[in-house]
Amino acid sequence: MVASPWMHIPINRSVMVLMFLAVGLLVVTVISLGTGGAPIDLGDVIHHILHRMGLMGTGIEAFDARVLDHLRLPRILRAIIIGAGLGLAGAVMQSLFRNPIADPGIIGVSASAAFGAVAMIVAGHIILGSYYPVVGPYGVPVAAFAGAVLATGVIRVLSRQDGHTDAAIMLLIGVAINAIAFAGVGVFTYMADDAQLRSLTFWQMGALSGNGPADGPALLIIAVGAGYLVSLGTSLNLFLLGEAEARHLGIEVERLKRRATVVTALVVGAAVAVSGIIGFVGLVAPHLVRLVTGPDNRYVLPASAICGAAILTGADAVARIIVLPAELPIGLVTGIVGGPFFLGLLMREKKRRRI
Amino acid sequence: MSLTAHNISFLARGRYLLRDISVSLVAGEVLAVLGPNGAGKSTLLKVLAGEHGVAHGTVTQNGRDVSKQPALTLAQERAVMPQATSMTFPFAVRDVVALGRSPFRKISTRKHDQTLVERAIALADIGHLADRAYPALSGGEKQRVHLARALVQVWGMDDSNLSETAPTNDKILAPKSDQARFMLLDEPTSGLDVAHQHALLSVARREARQNGVGVLMILHDFNQVTAYADRVAVLQGGEMVAQGAVGDVMTPDLLSTVFKSPIRAIPDPDGPEGAAVLVSQAASG
Repeated sequence: MVASPWMHIPINRSVMVLMFLAVGLLVVTVISLGTGGAPIDLGDVIHHILHRMGLMGTGIEAFDARVLDHLRLPRILRAIIIGAGLGLAGAVMQSLFRNPIADPGIIGVSASAAFGAVAMIVAGHIILGSYYPVVGPYGVPVAAFAGAVLATGVIRVLSRQDGHTDAAIMLLIGVAINAIAFAGVGVFTYMADDAQLRSLTFWQMGALSGNGPADGPALLIIAVGAGYLVSLGTSLNLFLLGEAEARHLGIEVERLKRRATVVTALVVGAAVAVSGIIGFVGLVAPHLVRLVTGPDNRYVLPASAICGAAILTGADAVARIIVLPAELPIGLVTGIVGGPFFLGLLMREKKRRRI
Repeated sequence: MSLTAHNISFLARGRYLLRDISVSLVAGEVLAVLGPNGAGKSTLLKVLAGEHGVAHGTVTQNGRDVSKQPALTLAQERAVMPQATSMTFPFAVRDVVALGRSPFRKISTRKHDQTLVERAIALADIGHLADRAYPALSGGEKQRVHLARALVQVWGMDDSNLSETAPTNDKILAPKSDQARFMLLDEPTSGLDVAHQHALLSVARREARQNGVGVLMILHDFNQVTAYADRVAVLQGGEMVAQGAVGDVMTPDLLSTVFKSPIRAIPDPDGPEGAAVLVSQAASG
């Protein structure tokens, strides 16, 4: 039985998919914890987790325990929160634009965040002058965050006409913003010296290795924002019918658009501030979910969050071991898989004549 | 209780699309809106639905200014059947119909919603499509889906539609709304075959007669207006040309002038005494 809106609260296929995804995330997490330069036996991983939860008396070998506690657990926690935020942001944007190919990466929000970060790395001492040392490690993530919010604001203002926003125009303006932001990143990359270039790759290709003291607040913003976005499922279902129809059905359409875009920008901006650009998670996760649950946003939104978290955790495990002893930037992993996926998606849509 | 436009004007890019129009949709009546292309019929419907703000005048729904009401309050008293929508996500037809229940999601019960949805699906004759994906339907089938969606919305928390099927233990949480309800249909027959056109018009009239809904329909067929509507409003170039009982307004002279095409009334040999069929003549030459 396919899920019908507000009809089947009992366990149906979609709820089962959610539970299945949650179990999948758990499995990926445990496997990822055991994977890396120093492989740890899966039994030991589970043993250690249970020990930390107070369910098992004796701990595991001290070295492995340190690797898990100080390296892998924080990293995988970042992967889970960022993956969930990006997957959810993608699902919300696709509903908001009523277009299945929308994604924070494609409409330039991620690129603008990277532009903010890169500008701060290369020209921060000029922009901030004597304040530069005061801002310290917060400068770059805050600039990334500001870039994302600013880009969303510009997209919203430019796509407004007669008090309404047109979703299709908004998407195209986003594509233009994306191009401008990447040009800006290119300019600063050209200006950068060798030391700066190394940290630029972090923002352009993504990494989950952590980015300093601003990570905590940023992850908190993602978590809170994600909580709000998940609550929009029913409203976004109505939005898919059309803006006028959503209004006829009692949705304050402009308010919904304003809130959803702003919160999405906050989530994406915070995600880029922690990990740099990690593309395609926001595109791939909702699509995989919809293949199974159908388009009902009440399930697609939470499932996209879980699926995004699992994808990023898995991609991170791959990034850690594929070029040992070095580590591949995670944005490359998601790009290598996500790019062809996006192309396949476009071909499928073309066949259905939906674009 | 009514849905009323008081001397409204609507401007778009400096041009009047509606000028000084007053019209009132009263509970329990069927009001047809008639006029040539570009007369402002759809614009009037959108203004009444609160979708567009007006430059002058006010629109009131059950006595309250629609521009100052929350969308949810308006939605609980008024349903709109659009001409076409562009939904590309593959919702099942039954799920699209159920979206019409969303203004009542906080106060309705799942059983109540389910019963209404099945009933509307039967009335709109889309039972055989109920599990199909909406985007794959034809234009006329999509229109019938939106008819069903508008019906479950306009039925609100009223349980009279459940008379045959309602179980006695089906507890309705909210009191029955005592406000009049309205249904606005934008060219509802445009994509339908003849049988479904009459089925839709009968459903609309039944809503007016039995459930006291005020029904406004934009129509193009004169004989459907005379057969199904109580009153008719004729628009031309954004202005109200005539408004009144169908028998008074639907005269060959007035229609010929408004539509700039000769229209004749031919006595209907099979109809009741005095009945006539309005026909437009093919342009000569």
